[in-house]
Amino acid sequence: MVTSVTNLGRSGLFDWVVQRVSAVVLLAYTVFLAGYLLTNSGLTFNEWQGLFQQNWMRAFSLLALLSLITHAWVGLWSVTTDYVTVRQMGAVATPLRLILQSGIALLSFYYLVWGIQILWGAG
Amino acid sequence: MLNVSLYRYNPETDEAPYMQDVQLDTGGKDLMVLDVLEKLKAQDPSLSFRRSCREGVCGSDGINMNGTNGLACITPLSETVKQNRLVLRPLPGLPVVRDLVVDMSLFYQQYEKIKPYLINNQPAPAIERLQSPEERAKLDGLYECILCACCSTSCPSFWWNPDRFIGPAGLLQAYRFLADSRDTATDERLAELDDPFSVFRCHGIQNCVAVCPKGLNPTRAIGHIRNMLLQRAT
Repeated sequence: MVTSVTNLGRSGLFDWVVQRVSAVVLLAYTVFLAGYLLTNSGLTFNEWQGLFQQNWMRAFSLLALLSLITHAWVGLWSVTTDYVTVRQMGAVATPLRLILQSGIALLSFYYLVWGIQILWGAG
Repeated sequence: MLNVSLYRYNPETDEAPYMQDVQLDTGGKDLMVLDVLEKLKAQDPSLSFRRSCREGVCGSDGINMNGTNGLACITPLSETVKQNRLVLRPLPGLPVVRDLVVDMSLFYQQYEKIKPYLINNQPAPAIERLQSPEERAKLDGLYECILCACCSTSCPSFWWNPDRFIGPAGLLQAYRFLADSRDTATDERLAELDDPFSVFRCHGIQNCVAVCPKGLNPTRAIGHIRNMLLQRAT
């Protein structure tokens, strides 16, 4: 068994399941929003704002945002552990990979806070 | 005359690998790539490559022919040559020992990790451990692997993490023992595989399936392993 402490869960299976479940949520959210926009031509700002003031839409949007963040983490973690490795670029890889992963995590967290502010902000 | 471009590297004399262009008279015959290599070696005995059975059974002469991995002994020129040109390189992703000979240590280390032997903690029967025809049939498409490494060395995930990703060849064999009704170490085997690298570096691109000279399907076996891990953990 290969040891890893930076992936999302502690098991490969957990990450794999999270990536698939989050993909389904993102697909559902995309289909819903596309459907809503297509069936509401001439949409006004008030209608759009009204949609996002409903609690279920806020919950759905937050779920989609959390799915996006976890999906992105699993994917980008794979990318960084594929290409930013000691095997590829020598000893500099480990600190560089940790810096990149920290950056991705911080940015994701910031987007989460920002998303919550938008969804529950003054509307 | 067939135009052949050969990957050449002798670490004792060459600073870096280079491609050598040679021409060969095939006499208009649809030779196997191994025959071409033998003829070229007759011209230049310093050319190094592995070979043994010359009939696709031993798995020694896995090389990269015009960009695709395969066994030189069972690949006819008509299948691989384009515009009268044949480019021969060693299997990608493994360290080159010399010319077309690669160091297979990383490949074998991954194979060793999956414990490629039957584990059974029950007392041995007097004659043999019996299987029903149905149980035996589950091993078809798995046991035929000859460990030529064509699949694992065509897999980008194995190129990037050959020390952590088991690779298609090893995982096909892992499933061969997980699927064996006589093996009692299923849980221990699965526990060893449930990390983010060993199995889950497979992204299902199926390069392994495309190149396997025995027509096996490691991606399907990896899918079965995932399902077994999922059943065990949910």
